[in-house]
Amino acid sequence: MDVQFSQEKLNKVNEIISRYPEGKQKSALLPVLHLAQTEFGGWLDVPVMDYVAGLLSIEPIEVYEVASFYSMYNLKPVGKYMFEVCQTGPCMLNGSDDIIDYIKQKLNIKVGETTADGLFTLKTVECLGACGYAPMMQMGKTYREHLTKEKVDAIIDECRTKAN
Amino acid sequence: MSIKLLLDKAHVPGIRGFEVYRREGGYRSVEKALKMQPADIVEEVKKSGLRGRGGAGFPTGMKWSFIAKPEGVPRHLVCNADESEPGTFKDRYLMEFIPHLLIEGMIVSSFALGSNTSYIYIRGEYDWVSDILEEAIAEARKNGFLGKNIQGSGFDCEMYVHRGAGAYICGEETALIESLEGKRGNPRIKPPFPAIQGVWARPTVVNNVETLAAVVPILNMGGEEYAKIGVGKSTGTKLISACGNINKPGIYEIDMTISVEEFIFSDEYCGGIPNGKRLKACIPGGSSVPILPANLLLTTAKGEKRLMNYESLSDGGFATGTMMGSGGFIVLDEDQCVVKHTYTLARFYRHESCGQCSPCREGTGWMEKILKSIEEGKGKMSDIDLLWDIQRRIEGNTICPLGDAAAWPVAAAIRHFRDEFEWHVNNPELSQKENYGLRHYADELHVPVTA
Repeated sequence: MDVQFSQEKLNKVNEIISRYPEGKQKSALLPVLHLAQTEFGGWLDVPVMDYVAGLLSIEPIEVYEVASFYSMYNLKPVGKYMFEVCQTGPCMLNGSDDIIDYIKQKLNIKVGETTADGLFTLKTVECLGACGYAPMMQMGKTYREHLTKEKVDAIIDECRTKAN
Repeated sequence: MSIKLLLDKAHVPGIRGFEVYRREGGYRSVEKALKMQPADIVEEVKKSGLRGRGGAGFPTGMKWSFIAKPEGVPRHLVCNADESEPGTFKDRYLMEFIPHLLIEGMIVSSFALGSNTSYIYIRGEYDWVSDILEEAIAEARKNGFLGKNIQGSGFDCEMYVHRGAGAYICGEETALIESLEGKRGNPRIKPPFPAIQGVWARPTVVNNVETLAAVVPILNMGGEEYAKIGVGKSTGTKLISACGNINKPGIYEIDMTISVEEFIFSDEYCGGIPNGKRLKACIPGGSSVPILPANLLLTTAKGEKRLMNYESLSDGGFATGTMMGSGGFIVLDEDQCVVKHTYTLARFYRHESCGQCSPCREGTGWMEKILKSIEEGKGKMSDIDLLWDIQRRIEGNTICPLGDAAAWPVAAAIRHFRDEFEWHVNNPELSQKENYGLRHYADELHVPVTA
């Protein structure tokens, strides 16, 4: 894979770097990794992390240690749609276990797996700050809240339609 | 009706945009502040009695007064929007619906502290909220409230949103600073405190979203007037995010004079427990604070009605009380299992431990495993004492408060619900089919029953 941001994205990277004091361009690492993950297939392969290290003039290990610390960076390929279902206390009280079981059964995968067609990945996550709207999951940029089995069905259909 | 200082305008159509916000009286506090001396603003905040709304409740004015002012070294204000404490979702609401209130509070605070570049560190998952804030910042800049020479005052201030990437620990201020520097979120040893050496070794103040938003009404009404709202050292209003088994989960702005009972059962707030069930327990201040059984929640050990404020919630210490914390109010009805709930919290803390200190890194994993085996009916009686022992060895033995935060929920669950843990051990099969319910209570429960 050719790892190279478009000129537009490179401008964005430089704008992000300019938010921090001179010589402190490492501060741009988290936002630039977000950008790289979106740009290069939804996960951070080693060449991508090395490329980011070069952009910020830091050592590759400085990128690896950060990428492996934060839960939002994927170090393995993921499906086109990632269901990240919250399972912490307040969501559990409102039936998140049932929702997780239902998605497992419906997509015929275990937690952490991706469907054979590469469309869906199921993950369980810890508190996403939507406790009053439980059960819920994150899907890409948005939250899907007050989940029911019917809502899960509709979301899966919606993804399949979009993918076609 | 209670007084609303933060969310009174949150439902005005279009309030998310600058124009409507300004028309509704927004940015008046900036105009007022820029005519004052920075030290006088700090004084107003001190007079207001405002306490940090992120969880620790430290007096904000005092925190501000600690900031070092070495010659030629820039200072920074950083807003902590890394809201991740289970049960807490108030800051998200504020930023999502009335983002300019935060921006306004941050401009005033930046001026008071002498910060020419301020940052909002927001949790990575609040991706769309980050977009809302960036739009609000751009609008404020366009209208002369950010950038160079704000409103002709000579004060320059830039503001940026910095998105995290999924780590509860970054809500701890020194971990947040590390993360802002592009590193793993490992908390720093204090001292030096951030007020002396924070981000890029510069003097830094880190404040919660709600705290900075509260600076707006404090400036507008004056610190003394603000301090008249509430009771004792619980001044002003507090946002409570209510969740769990209640009829009306959501965000409530309260003045801190109402009782816990009123908060749970009145229609103005949570509206009682669904399906006519009874109240079993509650964690009133985010997952880290001690869980209380219904009787101690509603009435203190002295027999007084417990109120929704800092002093009353902590009345009785950890033996019979709890804490206001972040205002993440989690209600458990009679059909919930305290063992299982505690297990999910232990799993959360194991997942979120940064791994720096062994008591927390190892201890949180042990607690999770033991709680899981008790919950699954595979526990031994000695496991309960072992759990107690582990949490005691974590508490106070770590660099940051995550260790304490992981220990307290386990300690409180055993302290108040030991019989439920024992029942799981003694009834391994039955405990897989049904919950312990309210058998915990030897005496009749004086708890209002919902209709």
